[in-house]
Amino acid sequence: MRFFILAFGLIFSNFGVCVGFEIEDQRIYPAMNATQVLKVLSTADIASFDPLIKEFQTQNTEVSVNYTVASSAQVMTAIYDENAAFDLVISSAMDLQTKLANDGYSQTFISKNTARLPNWAKWQDQLFAFTQEPAALVISDKAFEGLTIPTNREQLIELMRANPEVFEGRIGTYDVRTSGLGYLFATQDSRNTDSFWRLTEVMGRLKTELYCCSGAMIDGVYQGKLALAYNVLGSYAENRLAREGGITIVPMQDYLTVMMRTALIPKTAESPHVAGRMIDFLLDENTQTKLAQTTGFPPIFGQIADSQKALRPIRLGPGLLVFLDRLKRKAFVRNWESSILQK
Amino acid sequence: MKAIFGTTLITRGSMQRRLVIQLSLIAFLLSLLLFLIVQGVADRAASDTQDNILAASAISIADALYSEGGQVQLELPYSALSMLGTISEDRVFYRVNVDGTTLTGYDDLVVSARSDVSTQAEFSTFSYRGEPVRAVSVTRSVGSQSQRTLVQVVVAQTRLSLAQISYRITLWAVAIGVAFFLVATGLSLWAAHNALAPLNRVASAVTRRGPNDLRPVRAEAPAELAPLVSALNSFIVRLSASLARSEDFIAEAAHRVRTPLATVRTQAEVIHRSLQHSKNKSALREMIRAIDESSRSAGQLLDHAMVNFRADQFQAVDIDLRELVAETVERLSPTAELKDIAISVSDTGEDFAFSADPILLQNALRNVLDNAIKYSPPDSDILVKLFHDSNFHVISFHDQGRGFEGLNLENHFERFKRGSNVGDIVGSGLGLTIVNEVARAHGGHVKITSNKGEGACVSLFLPLA
Repeated sequence: MRFFILAFGLIFSNFGVCVGFEIEDQRIYPAMNATQVLKVLSTADIASFDPLIKEFQTQNTEVSVNYTVASSAQVMTAIYDENAAFDLVISSAMDLQTKLANDGYSQTFISKNTARLPNWAKWQDQLFAFTQEPAALVISDKAFEGLTIPTNREQLIELMRANPEVFEGRIGTYDVRTSGLGYLFATQDSRNTDSFWRLTEVMGRLKTELYCCSGAMIDGVYQGKLALAYNVLGSYAENRLAREGGITIVPMQDYLTVMMRTALIPKTAESPHVAGRMIDFLLDENTQTKLAQTTGFPPIFGQIADSQKALRPIRLGPGLLVFLDRLKRKAFVRNWESSILQK
Repeated sequence: MKAIFGTTLITRGSMQRRLVIQLSLIAFLLSLLLFLIVQGVADRAASDTQDNILAASAISIADALYSEGGQVQLELPYSALSMLGTISEDRVFYRVNVDGTTLTGYDDLVVSARSDVSTQAEFSTFSYRGEPVRAVSVTRSVGSQSQRTLVQVVVAQTRLSLAQISYRITLWAVAIGVAFFLVATGLSLWAAHNALAPLNRVASAVTRRGPNDLRPVRAEAPAELAPLVSALNSFIVRLSASLARSEDFIAEAAHRVRTPLATVRTQAEVIHRSLQHSKNKSALREMIRAIDESSRSAGQLLDHAMVNFRADQFQAVDIDLRELVAETVERLSPTAELKDIAISVSDTGEDFAFSADPILLQNALRNVLDNAIKYSPPDSDILVKLFHDSNFHVISFHDQGRGFEGLNLENHFERFKRGSNVGDIVGSGLGLTIVNEVARAHGGHVKITSNKGEGACVSLFLPLA
């Protein structure tokens, strides 16, 4: 898919960013009378973030925006290992963002809008959540003809066991080794339910396809390559569904992992004030009320549509560092590999 | 007291002020102590809380250590770090060290150089990544009996929220200290005021007394004031004894002088009559006049002494003022007739029954009337009126004399003070003093009105029952 693995330094030498981490995409939004530049490093693809940036620029006409997309692991490499000079880092990998803040790679920002955030949506006044996005099960309507749609993980396991002919090779989920968000969802699942490992085991036996991103999985379901995709970002799926039918988003009723997209200003930021303005813009009441329409991101303020479900929001805080522990990660990935790859 | 002794008391400091200052100082010191204790205890409690959670975290990590094929392994418990996030948003660091090399965690986190296994968690505070952190170190031995490996677990947390808590506690401690100080100072003001109240009570009991009141002080006083009060009382006893002695002396002296004077006057009269020469005659008349003056003064001194004595030991009898006035007028009529002065008495016909010492009152009336006759020109009238005015019996004496002049009317009541227009008339200046003291002994007063050219009016006010 969008794997433009570029020799970054050669092509975008004007960025002044050290060579090393891999980017997926990039766009520059020049301003008419630009006096300031805001360099954003984000895991969200350009298509979904584009309206936000344009709206931001109508309010801040003197700011041109350099928007760079990278995977959460590459974002970590850029900031943690290479001290790349970005003004704002936006990522869905809450654990990696927390580690950046915990290990002193971010700076404090306090404003009227950040003060409005509830305590669970910010950490240390350095990490700010501006969306809350549930992980969802996305199924192909065609593949599920004649099958009951599962509403919890036990039913999903039963269904897959009972219909291997439908699901063999047609299940998609994150490759936790490459996707930060996938790793976050998987580790939270392992915390939340004992059936996670059984689910992984069953998926493994059915030769599950592994993906880097939600978008690719949703594409797979649309194309009929996949019968279901597990732990897909619900917001992406809803975005697609709004344009094109053929899939169903199934909110799990045993529990629903909710991820918060977070922003932080790195210590290395060259224009932290402009970055602060962007955070204020993202948390602004106007932006928040229009957020779902313009980007498909559910806002941090207000309830998620399926709020009657058993929401299990991922809490910001040092607990998120646990699965980033190298031994813990090694053990988890080993277990996961042995289940999913049946090695 | 000042007025009596005519000197200004030299005061040194104020007991009340000294008490308040001392108590306030004590309150301030106690407030400071309270502040330090509150802050100390609360700070301690807050940092103990952090230490306890840190220790719990490190111990839960140590408990999760296990050995696999001779290798130390760790399944980092989720709660080990998440518990540190429950009470604060502080940053968390950890390191697990096996035989001096990092198993997992932050490589650059300081590990204490301990080499023995101890059940005790070891705490330290140091700077890490530019911020002060509180760290706990736990040492465990992992593995079988033959293959023991020492593992050190260090968990550290920044102290930002502790600093915030400490700041809040300091604010509270300051508020408590200030409140305590204000309350204590208020109470000490009240206490000082209360402690000195008996002193003021005794002082005002003494101040309130009339000039002739020499009874012992009976105000309620606490034990501490008893010596002062009894000293004051014994002083009063000595003073009144000394006063009585001098009064006695004056009365005695006056009496002793008056009797021989009467003899001398009689002899002078006799000689006067037998003398032919007018020059000698007038000299002798001068002499008789001087004798009269002395005799009258002596009489008034005696009266005054008597009035003082009787006023102190007042014994009331029911009398009729109308009779008393009539009696006095009758007694002085011969003197008045000598100057062709007519005394007319009028009353309103009301009830003039009064409870009084008749001798005192008669003395007073006689003095007033005597004065009136003395200062009236020959061939004039003196009008004595008896009537009621609101709550008083009033006996007024109206003459056609020269009136009172050159002296504040009040001063007429002082001993030996006389008006400025009486130089040619015999007088001692004791008359009105006696009248005034008698009136006051009966609960009344004297009022003098002077109408220039129309004579004087002296009114004796005595309270109705």
